[in-house]
Amino acid sequence: MTELKNELIRHSAADLAAKLAAREVSAVEVTQAHLDRIADVDGQVNAFLHVNSEEALAVAADVDAARAAGGAAAEELHALAGVPIAVKDLIVTIGQPTTAGSKILEGWHSPYDATVVKKLRAARMPILGKTNLDEFAMGSSTEHSAFGPTRNPWDLDRIPGGSGGGSAAAVAAFEAPLALGTDTGGSIRQPGAVTGTVGVKPTYGAVSRYGAIAMASSLDQIGPVSRTVLDSALLQEVIGGHDPFDSTSLTDPFNDLVAAARLGNVDGMKIGIVKELHGEGYQAGVEKRFNESLQLLKDAGADIVEVSCPNLKYALGAYYLIMPSEASSNLAKFDGVRFGLRELPKDGPMTIERVMGATRAAGFGDEVKRRIILGTYALSAGYYDAYYGSAQKVRTLIQRDFDAAFAKADVLISPTAPTTAFKLGEKLEDPLAMYLNDVATIPANLAGIPGLSLPGGLADEDGLPVGIQLLAPARQDARLYRVGAVLESALEEKWGGPILAKAPVLGSAATTAGGSN
Amino acid sequence: MAAINRDDVAHLARLAHIEMSAEELDRMAVELAVIVDSVKSVSEAAGDDVPATSHPIPLTNVFREDVVGHTFTAEQALSGAPDAFENRFKVPAILDED
Repeated sequence: MTELKNELIRHSAADLAAKLAAREVSAVEVTQAHLDRIADVDGQVNAFLHVNSEEALAVAADVDAARAAGGAAAEELHALAGVPIAVKDLIVTIGQPTTAGSKILEGWHSPYDATVVKKLRAARMPILGKTNLDEFAMGSSTEHSAFGPTRNPWDLDRIPGGSGGGSAAAVAAFEAPLALGTDTGGSIRQPGAVTGTVGVKPTYGAVSRYGAIAMASSLDQIGPVSRTVLDSALLQEVIGGHDPFDSTSLTDPFNDLVAAARLGNVDGMKIGIVKELHGEGYQAGVEKRFNESLQLLKDAGADIVEVSCPNLKYALGAYYLIMPSEASSNLAKFDGVRFGLRELPKDGPMTIERVMGATRAAGFGDEVKRRIILGTYALSAGYYDAYYGSAQKVRTLIQRDFDAAFAKADVLISPTAPTTAFKLGEKLEDPLAMYLNDVATIPANLAGIPGLSLPGGLADEDGLPVGIQLLAPARQDARLYRVGAVLESALEEKWGGPILAKAPVLGSAATTAGGSN
Repeated sequence: MAAINRDDVAHLARLAHIEMSAEELDRMAVELAVIVDSVKSVSEAAGDDVPATSHPIPLTNVFREDVVGHTFTAEQALSGAPDAFENRFKVPAILDED
């Protein structure tokens, strides 16, 4: 007898994998349960831009057939075969549209798969669909998507974070057990924080960027989104590894992540509080949950130390010079010639230059235009040294600060975001206020080091999720999973279960239960 | 450093190939001035002795074997093109006639 479909969606990816291997459930049942959930709640959440039912079910049926056949076909199946996943719509996929959340790519189909997508296919993980994001991943709320904002499953009037709000909300709303995100300045970790989910930005180069539509090439990184630390470790092992198609891809092996998540102790580990990444400017309820996590880690046997990274005060400024500079160059290819939208000027001569101007005016939203203009400014003659050049030097200073901090601590810890989820529309007219959401996540991208965000509880003042961020030295992603899993289990013991058990009921169940929350 | 003004934005928009209305230029000039002002401190943060970091994890000499791998057919390459003609991307006039 199989479980009810609506119970299946509550399981972690690791549990689903175990049930599939034991043939307690079929991959088709698991996939269908998630597709049903999407049909039920995505009208409220708007996490998906495209749902890939047919292909996902076919892949699942394939996995079931291999398992039923037994022998070599079953032996060769990857541990996560048949566990479905959602993919951020910045990552290209054959057979589904890829929009990057922009009108300029509406209806475009990639002729190739991203490397991470190839790896999902090789592991035979059914791809449920493509998730919403701020246009070209530029934003912290998904409100800059050309296809409408995603809503936070904890409160549908609030933002799910960004740019990967779709992936985080899909996982938080039990529409998918796993998702892929991309993180340039916090786009995996900050949505994780505000939706009560786990998100990891691996070491720069640990996961191939081939097929992720580039925003800022020296900062962008693909990574896992999940509800548990172990699930993110499992997913990073699927998508990681060297890729000759990405010249910045590292050759180091990253195959100790799952083992680290299962280790279950932090005895004698030194965990450093970054002085500059909490306190003033952080919401009281965020600070309180942060301090609670520190105590739990201490109780678990870790040594808590304080470290200082004085140059982090320049991180936001340096980021808002480097990121737009690289973005202005990366987005030059959207010009109405080889793919995407072509808009003709309303009058005057019909030259290619004028077509480009009209196409980019019609195809890009305000935030993308702002960043392109800002980047063009920072790179222009006369300003290059003062802006882009100086920002690159700040990057060196921040790396040195982290080197010094990691001489004193194995892992660093901070809140992931200064506040809990804000209301839709609240910061839309004030770009600078929006940028401040990423103040604690940006430094990791500038330095290339890995970062993980996990739920740290709910803030007293608003009952919304708070994120705890862990940072490790480059190539030491395993430390994040080791400490993250220990903290997660201590917190869940305190809460009496996972944080998402406290989230409001969505979809048809909410109606039968007499309204959500 | 000079503040960014409306004329600068108009010039930058031309360089970036983005047509902008008068209203858009007004708004963008105000927003960008605020952002540029907030990032100014970066130029005073580091001295001349600090080297620039262009890449977080430097790699050198990334080579691969010089062999032909997967390539797109012309049809695949043109599959997303707004306009194509005889296996080529078709574009409006490159040069203005007047």
